[in-house]
Amino acid sequence: MATFAVPPRYRAASVWALYALGLLPGFYAFYLGIYGGLGADPVREFEHRLGFWALRFLCLGLAVTPLRDLFGTNLIAYRRALGLIAFYYVLAHFAVYLTLDRGLILSSILGDILKRPYIMLGMAGLLMLIPLALTSNRWSIRKLGSRWNTLHKLAYPILLAAVLHYVLSIKSITLEPVIYLAIVTALVGYRVVRPRIMDWKRGRRLLAR
Amino acid sequence: ASPLSAKPSAYRVDEKVTSKQDATTYNNFYEFGTGKADPAQNSAAFKPLPWTITVGGLVNKPQTIDMETILKDFPMEERIYRMRCVEAWSMVIPWIGFPLSALLDRVEPLGSAKYVAFETVVRPKEMPGQSGFFQPLDWPYVEGLRLDEARHPLTLLATGLYGETLPNQNGAPIRLVTPWKYGFKGIKSIVKITLTEKEPPSTWNRLAPQEYGFYANVNPAVDHPRWSQATERRIGEASGLFGGARMNTLPFNGYADQVAGLYAGMDLRKFY
Repeated sequence: MATFAVPPRYRAASVWALYALGLLPGFYAFYLGIYGGLGADPVREFEHRLGFWALRFLCLGLAVTPLRDLFGTNLIAYRRALGLIAFYYVLAHFAVYLTLDRGLILSSILGDILKRPYIMLGMAGLLMLIPLALTSNRWSIRKLGSRWNTLHKLAYPILLAAVLHYVLSIKSITLEPVIYLAIVTALVGYRVVRPRIMDWKRGRRLLAR
Repeated sequence: ASPLSAKPSAYRVDEKVTSKQDATTYNNFYEFGTGKADPAQNSAAFKPLPWTITVGGLVNKPQTIDMETILKDFPMEERIYRMRCVEAWSMVIPWIGFPLSALLDRVEPLGSAKYVAFETVVRPKEMPGQSGFFQPLDWPYVEGLRLDEARHPLTLLATGLYGETLPNQNGAPIRLVTPWKYGFKGIKSIVKITLTEKEPPSTWNRLAPQEYGFYANVNPAVDHPRWSQATERRIGEASGLFGGARMNTLPFNGYADQVAGLYAGMDLRKFY
């Protein structure tokens, strides 16, 4: 199978380009919000856009492994950036919820978190992301060894929490949430069948020898 | 929308009126799409004229009335009402219209009539939300009121806003406005009004009965199962992203002194 990979000498620069490109929609939404370009309810629109970008980058981060397994496209060098960009969007989404949306009124925020399943799911996703963000460095990978891999499997429950947080927050099911649900189901479902696919590929390689 | 004259009325809240721009571009009208900007963007092909409303059911004088007759026979007045959406945002809108009770008087409800049922037009060719693979609601959109609610002086059939006839996205050419209830009760582009003995179905209640009741009175003490109804964001109050603090939601959207009596003795947690 043909293998795609960015030449090593461009890799560092392309990772930085990804950070810049990935965070751009968030800054653009902020700019639109400041200058009245987000419609009649700019706070809600800004909050929602940040949430959508978080969900999209979570999906992209978890698409790296299946892309390599199935199409030979190796984007592993970008996975940390994809995950961290998602984390920054989640933090911004949460910060906007606390400040611009709920106005830092703690009673209302605590009531929300304790009573509302979709807010609980969002909070759970954020809490699970924190250890992943904190250990997304070479030192932690070396220190944790195989436990790092186990820890970072949290990405799957995080993605499920994120998409359910979105789907449960809306009034009626339309095409958009169905598309996100389908993508997330495919990404998480792939994890379940992956061992069998890898066995089959290994078997073919042995036969080819 | 074309100019529509109306005499001012005593029904006007003393609060800053929402800009016409916001009130006509931030709408829930799923017949034109589920996004807030969809109704304004997707409703250009909709033809609100000619138009007739059929009023029937348990009445002495069932009739089909056209818009011209409505505008001629019923004196139009301007009323400034608060509008509170079930999604926890609100506006202040200068409606033009006439009391629903005037129309009911004309058809003479029978003694057996207890409820009023409303129905929105179905025109998939002009309303893109009503065609296609994924449709968010069952059409036609239906709503209902108890007869005493329908006869209440606050209950308005609106034919305009901001001095003009209703734009398509706001429910042209005629819609219901019940300012003490959540906005989804305000059924748009009405073609049929039927007096009934039994409580008629209502669209959102049918879709999610635990979340949307038949009464749908604005009530800060009864949360939507998935979000709080205690506070609301007034559209247009923020300048850009900042300064749009949430305000407390009032029982019956601030109209309690006028309508609370309709629900005396009812458990509003049960009849939400």
